[in-house]
Amino acid sequence: MLKPMSVVRQAIVADASDEMDGAMAEGAAAGQAKDRVKAGRRVLPIVEGVVLVAALLAPLVLQDYLTVFATRVIILALFALSFDLVWGYAGIMSFGQALFFGSAGYGVALLARDLDITNILLVLPAGTIIGLTFALLLGGFLLLGRHPSSVIFVSLGTLTGSYAADRLARGWYYLGGQNGIPSIAPMTLGGYEFTEGPSFYYLVLGILVVVYLLCRFLVRSQFGLALAGLRENEQRIAFFGYKAQHLKAIIFTIGGGVAGLAGSLYAFHEGFVWPNMVGVVVSTQVVLYVLFGGSGTLIGAVIGAVIVEGVSFWLSDNYRDIWPIILGLLLLLVILFRPLGLISFVLGERERVGSFGAAAREKRNAAP
Amino acid sequence: MPLLEAAGIKKIFGKLTALDGAALTVGENEFHGLIGPNGSGKSTLMKCIAGAEVPTQGKVSFVNTDITAFTPTERARAGMSLKFQITSVLPSLTLYDNILLALQAQSSLFDLVFSRTRGALHDQVMTMLRQFRLADRAFDAAAALSHGQQQWLEIAMALAGKPKLLLLDEPTGGMSLEERRVTGELLQPIKQHCSLVIVEHDLDFIRDICDRLTVLDQGRVLASGTVSEIQANPSVQEIYLRRA
Repeated sequence: MLKPMSVVRQAIVADASDEMDGAMAEGAAAGQAKDRVKAGRRVLPIVEGVVLVAALLAPLVLQDYLTVFATRVIILALFALSFDLVWGYAGIMSFGQALFFGSAGYGVALLARDLDITNILLVLPAGTIIGLTFALLLGGFLLLGRHPSSVIFVSLGTLTGSYAADRLARGWYYLGGQNGIPSIAPMTLGGYEFTEGPSFYYLVLGILVVVYLLCRFLVRSQFGLALAGLRENEQRIAFFGYKAQHLKAIIFTIGGGVAGLAGSLYAFHEGFVWPNMVGVVVSTQVVLYVLFGGSGTLIGAVIGAVIVEGVSFWLSDNYRDIWPIILGLLLLLVILFRPLGLISFVLGERERVGSFGAAAREKRNAAP
Repeated sequence: MPLLEAAGIKKIFGKLTALDGAALTVGENEFHGLIGPNGSGKSTLMKCIAGAEVPTQGKVSFVNTDITAFTPTERARAGMSLKFQITSVLPSLTLYDNILLALQAQSSLFDLVFSRTRGALHDQVMTMLRQFRLADRAFDAAAALSHGQQQWLEIAMALAGKPKLLLLDEPTGGMSLEERRVTGELLQPIKQHCSLVIVEHDLDFIRDICDRLTVLDQGRVLASGTVSEIQANPSVQEIYLRRA
């Protein structure tokens, strides 16, 4: 991945300078460009590789109860990706991401409880569609006005949605009220039951990797370039002729779908769903994962979820009474001094934003 | 039939009347300068034409269509383009990506997701960059450019969608004399396919490049005509002398 990309970039840079007016600038410009190419797109694949290897090996070294914990963390990392797409890539401040996570959780719990549907090939798509649908409805309402909606309108709107869903779930007897829906039957595939442990872990990890790669494909495409424009200057790209509100609604809906997938996995893994899952607390939690790890990079969201959950777990074991305070301070420190998150310790700005037009592969291949 | 016709444009901000019945008519392949003292309403008129502001009263027609109520996106899709007064290139993206972003604005969603127009637009991106003398910096972040170069990049982006009309708000603001001269050169070739409305303080620059001028004063049109007509107009001379 790394090598062909930089080769193409060098070729294009060379192409640019070949046809430049002054022949004298040619060598110097190409040389500089090569240095820049060398400096760029290096760290990210390494970080991604390290995280993947660590994730693959984790169940082999962890005790059983920790594998269960790690599974939960991977599901939350998937959830963090959904928020990162929406906030980190499109600049839409969603304070209600748990609405899609939790509503999908409730949805699959009801499928299992009332209709005995636990087949993984049915429940996971169903959860994703529930997340998509809720996000489409809420996003359509909040984002699809004739004129762009303000950040505060969207963040309060999503927050209110999440809060209202929490209250609704608490008060609705059919959804189990305060207690939620307990004892959800395990997910099945044919005769096989996915219960807590390594098999569930690797299932979730596989799903995370697939979703991650799809997200990566999306954010590095020309669509990703449009998202970058949206994030940096929404008004400007509207003047180019982009339908900015449509772009936002689309990415918001996709984010809802990913959150829904994560929520349905969470419901089956934990074996129960409860009102908090759609509420404001979980909505805020996912914001923290992404801010902590580094918004606008997919791997930052994953790392953020792993570290925040890992540190909470360790702190709550060792500092039973004061751990939320320590965690809060840590988060504050990162947000104050590293607004781009932990990933910014190793990742430069240029690589974080990336380039979109560099791979004119078809053209290169077609040329003699 | 003119390309752009704005008539009776009134814009009131609270108690301030920024435009009071201003008008502007631009023909095809015409470079039209919009001048006037500070606070005469030049930028506001530009914004009303581009859709950044909605006029309180009046009508804007573009290619025989009433676009007064169009959003900026709809105006852009009709063939109108705007370069903002404050440079708004996307600083963290490369120059190449800035231009590509402008060029791909009307690609379909499917094409964007599967990056289907990226290869086809490559030559156009490089041509634009070469035309504006920025090709050797194609893969630098736009933030690294000098102010003048950022203005050129911005003009290139505004031209990328092959507009019928380009609105330039103070393109030479903050430029050196040499950069101004080059800007004039860079703009000349676009006349073959595009009209221009240009707001500018540098009257020499305006005189060199424009075919016709409209002079605004206190939100009204003081005079409109060819460059020599305007230069000979006593009331125009008076407002410039009065404030000088």
